[in-house]
Amino acid sequence: MTTTDLAAGQGVAPRALPKAGAALDRWRVPLTIAVLAVLPFVLPSQALAVNVLIYGLFTVGFNLLFGYTGLLSFGHAAFFGTGAYLTGMAIAHLGFGWFPAMLTGIVGASLLSAVIGALSIRTRGIYFCMVTLALAQLVYYVALQASGWTGGENGLRGFTVAKADLIGGFSVNLLNPLAKYYFIMFFAALALWFVSRVLNSPFGAAIEAVRENETRARACGFDVERTKLLSFILSGALCGLAGTLSALHLSIVPLDALSVHTSSIVVMMTMLGGAGSFFGPFVGALVFLLIEDVASLWTTHWQLIVGIVFILFVLFLPKGIWGSLIQLTRRRRAS
Amino acid sequence: MTALMEVTDVGRSFGGFVALAGISAKFERNKVTAVIGPNGAGKSTFFNVLSGVLQPSTGSIRFKGQELKGLKQHRFAHLGIARSYQITNLFPELSVEENVRVAAQALKTRYDVFSHRDRYPELSQKAEAALGEVGLTHRRARRARDLAHGEQRALEIAIALVANPELLLLDEPTAGMGPEETKDMVALIERLAADRTILLVEHKMKMILGLSDRILVLHHGRLIADGTPTAVQADPEVRRVYLGQNDGYA
Ligand SMILES: Nc1ncnc2c1ncn2[C@@H]1O[C@H](COP(=O)(O)OP(=O)(O)O)[C@@H](O)[C@H]1O
Ligand SMILES: [Mg+2]
Repeated sequence: MTTTDLAAGQGVAPRALPKAGAALDRWRVPLTIAVLAVLPFVLPSQALAVNVLIYGLFTVGFNLLFGYTGLLSFGHAAFFGTGAYLTGMAIAHLGFGWFPAMLTGIVGASLLSAVIGALSIRTRGIYFCMVTLALAQLVYYVALQASGWTGGENGLRGFTVAKADLIGGFSVNLLNPLAKYYFIMFFAALALWFVSRVLNSPFGAAIEAVRENETRARACGFDVERTKLLSFILSGALCGLAGTLSALHLSIVPLDALSVHTSSIVVMMTMLGGAGSFFGPFVGALVFLLIEDVASLWTTHWQLIVGIVFILFVLFLPKGIWGSLIQLTRRRRAS
Repeated sequence: MTALMEVTDVGRSFGGFVALAGISAKFERNKVTAVIGPNGAGKSTFFNVLSGVLQPSTGSIRFKGQELKGLKQHRFAHLGIARSYQITNLFPELSVEENVRVAAQALKTRYDVFSHRDRYPELSQKAEAALGEVGLTHRRARRARDLAHGEQRALEIAIALVANPELLLLDEPTAGMGPEETKDMVALIERLAADRTILLVEHKMKMILGLSDRILVLHHGRLIADGTPTAVQADPEVRRVYLGQNDGYA
């Protein structure tokens, strides 16, 4: 990437914008990672930075299904929460190390997404929303009832990982916030690289085709149901990873991780940032968390503010913040 | 030589309404067959049944000897049956080239999540060839939704064509086209007909008579005539139910 491209990216040289758009796209993984790497230093607090990281990753996973495949699930807390709970339970009850515990969370979330996906994928539109919502509520109640394992209403506690041992005798001190941030960012970076590969792959073209026109995709020879199911599982696995990281970060899993509230947060973050854009999820997570932070300072009804902002976005900026910026560069490229 | 497709006693109902009943016909290779009939006669329903969009309620459809009834729709493309739609049916936000390329990809790889799309250069070559055939090469970077109507109809056909199908079903390919665009489309279908089996729904009689080897006439879901253009034109029942009132369709 040349310096002119960088300048164009800031809107200084409009005629070079198309090039900037293409370069942004080609370098989306390293650029996103670079932004995430400086986040703890540019945001007002490190706590905010790590939340942007984790919720951003959660939104990336959700966005694969919603933005790229065109399926609006209202039950993605199930995968985030399952990833978190299984990781916590594996450590607290089974004495697993941090890494096997993470794998447990990711595999568990993937299996759950295969089941929920298989049950929901044949429905469309509002029915798909409702089925995913209902199945996620089922998972919520299971966690609520199985309090011996999950801690029920109080959430799961007692699995603090103070130090993550790596191979070769190295370890990361997770009590140091900055070290923990980069520890979490490492997994987020891997996930981003993976998602970018998926989007560039033939399967990435297949989900676009399904999103654009299911009937036509089927006539072309795509098995639409299987394509959707695979996308659903990949999405669930990524959200499970985000949940896993959230458990390691907080050393507690609140029951809220499985709630419809969490399911709706990820929808809002996606819409704020821009559905179907690579970097949008992190923009959406940041804006949402900032509004929450600021609004909750001067009113207890901060959720009302978030709701109003969300509605304004849906009405006036349906492509979200980042999605609208991307569209601007595309328009210039086309003309 | 056996027929490419053999349709036996095929029917389709919607609730109690019989849209198609007792259709039997054989389709030989490399022939153009036109399917005509008044609006609501069941032509699109017939195409939907032949392309797997709808399951037939009765009867059997054999393609190269294989029974198609009960097969999932996406399998039809893999067997060599492709179609265009009466109402333009594209991937609107994708570029013209991506529209055709993804159609070619469907027959090649569907669940590869890890290699790069560009690892399959032959797909781009196929897309390029199909776009060349329908005369859309100069539009390849346009979004499909930004094309003119006639160009969208051509893209419809390119998407079907890129699969190199043995059987091509074209549902009113000139729908909504002016005389110039229609002329181009007729020339295209003539070129395609050289080495393909084509079934064609159309209302423009002059075009049908010039293009087809054979004409099927549907009326109220029944096959009321099946023969050469000359024979069908002379058929008194056909004249009564369709041709006599055809002026309004042209
Ligand atoms: N999916 C459907 N459900 C109910 N009725 C249908 C459906 N598709 C077609 N029909 C009916 O079947 C008849 C034949 O329709 P169609 O095959 O589209 O006619 P054509 O293409 O010859 O104009 C019409 O009366 C139409 O209303
Ligand atoms: Mg029709």
